[in-house]
Amino acid sequence: MAILEKRRLWLAALIAAAILFPLFVANGYYVHMMTISFIWMIAVYGLNLFAGYTGYLSLAHAGFFAIGAYALGILTVKAGWPFWLAFAAACLLTTLIGVFVGLVALRTKEHFFAIYTLCVGYIIYLIIDKWDSLTGGVRGFIGIPAPADIGPLSFQTPAAQYYLVLFFLLVVVWIMHRLVYSLTGRTYIAIRNSEELALTLGISTMKNKLASFVLSVFFTSLAGALYASFIRFLGPDIAYVSVMFDFLTYLLVGGIGTLAGPVVGTLLVTFLSQQLQFLQDYRMLIFGPVLTLLIIFYPHGIAGGIIRLKAKRGEARRLQLEARQASAELAAASRQERSERYAKEG
Amino acid sequence: MLEVANISVRYGSFAAIRDVTFSVKRGEIAVLLGANGAGKSTLFRTISGLHKPVQGEIRLNGERIDSLPPDRIVGRGVVQCAEGRKLFPRMSVYENLLMGAYVHRKDKDGIRRSLEHVYELFPILREKRNEPAGSLSGGQQQMLAIGRALMSRPAVLLLDEPSVGLAPLIVEQMFATIKQINQEGTTILLAEQNAHAALSIAHRGYVFENGTIVASGTAEELLANDDVRKAYIGG
Repeated sequence: MAILEKRRLWLAALIAAAILFPLFVANGYYVHMMTISFIWMIAVYGLNLFAGYTGYLSLAHAGFFAIGAYALGILTVKAGWPFWLAFAAACLLTTLIGVFVGLVALRTKEHFFAIYTLCVGYIIYLIIDKWDSLTGGVRGFIGIPAPADIGPLSFQTPAAQYYLVLFFLLVVVWIMHRLVYSLTGRTYIAIRNSEELALTLGISTMKNKLASFVLSVFFTSLAGALYASFIRFLGPDIAYVSVMFDFLTYLLVGGIGTLAGPVVGTLLVTFLSQQLQFLQDYRMLIFGPVLTLLIIFYPHGIAGGIIRLKAKRGEARRLQLEARQASAELAAASRQERSERYAKEG
Repeated sequence: MLEVANISVRYGSFAAIRDVTFSVKRGEIAVLLGANGAGKSTLFRTISGLHKPVQGEIRLNGERIDSLPPDRIVGRGVVQCAEGRKLFPRMSVYENLLMGAYVHRKDKDGIRRSLEHVYELFPILREKRNEPAGSLSGGQQQMLAIGRALMSRPAVLLLDEPSVGLAPLIVEQMFATIKQINQEGTTILLAEQNAHAALSIAHRGYVFENGTIVASGTAEELLANDDVRKAYIGG
């Protein structure tokens, strides 16, 4: 119970820090960076649900991110829809595309699934890049409006946008938390463990994989729509493979299949690459080896590593406790035996 | 209750099971005896729907189940307790048991009753309910695997080598428990190498060699059969 309380306290402190951040950091650049990081985190949570908890590595998620972003842009600018209607429609449209991609892609497994989705992601990139009349092609897509006011709430200032994105992030984390500790979440984990075993328990793996994939696409498209309304300029490169591998790096560094992973990984990697900015592209010379070392020594990422360390410590403590109990019992037994013997010998 | 008729299964061009026919009657324990590689596990996987047979029929209470997907077969009440004690090692004992009740996930009261039943059958599981399944001993893991299969309230329980890798004393307990499960109304199909222990609780047995049945009969008949004694019991 105490552990749970401590965790809740930590969580409250973290949320408080996130809320106070723009009030104490006067530098607008940092607020901007933080907002962007939150958007990446939402996308990475989407990826984490499917790759981390269900065990299927999708490499199409940058594509879905881009579809969400472009759909918002096209619906607001070209179709003139009200912002929030377009926002919801962008997410739903991307999710629908996710259903169709999932229906085909999920007929493959393991590496083949990864390769197939990599191709899907690249095709999405090509479509955005070449479909000039709809997406603006390489010139990009400009003039996307900032989020429209909701009653008295206005999202015109960077701080207000920061809070809007933070709100969505918290909702996503909350949903993920509820999901992972529910039967549905355990069903996904069961599929990750062994699809065959899941089947022999009566789990329809296809249905569950599709549901997980679609929900994961939904989160990522939400991030894409937020990105479009925050940056307000889109280029086809947001669908490119390098964005996909950024997501994957955040997830792997933070810890794949953990709840804290996306937050930890995204913050750490964005912060590090900011600090190494002065090295320009040479920073990859530092980054590459660090990442390699991390994967070798902490294959479960930072959050995953900590969880395992704690579990090991807990186990050690339990064994110690049991040993102490056993020796105490032994001592008590021998004491009793001795006293009985003394009593007999009188 | 469970009828397997003229089933053949292939892995590519290799015929793993050839024209196998047998049946398990309601309330019985039937045992499939056979050495490693005889095809027992393949047969189980075929009954569970993980492999599609190239020929033959599998019927439960007269209805064909061989064309159903595995999850629907579990829904019909044919449940396999996988060989090798496959559990979810990082989930707790309790969570593993809940996963077993997946097909009844809407029936909360029923799940509570099944859980109570499994805990009564294997008291150690109640004691360890919050520990990760991976931390259990081999015997306890086997109990959890059987308990998890029972959570789906099977009509026919398929047990694939429940005694493999267990200490003799634990094996004895395990067979006593299997007998108890059967007496409480579950029909059981057991695959075993440990012929003596298996036949001592079974009603009927089939001897499996190279993918086909070479002998069959009641448990007493097989125990008295010289060839069976020589091959599987020793002496």
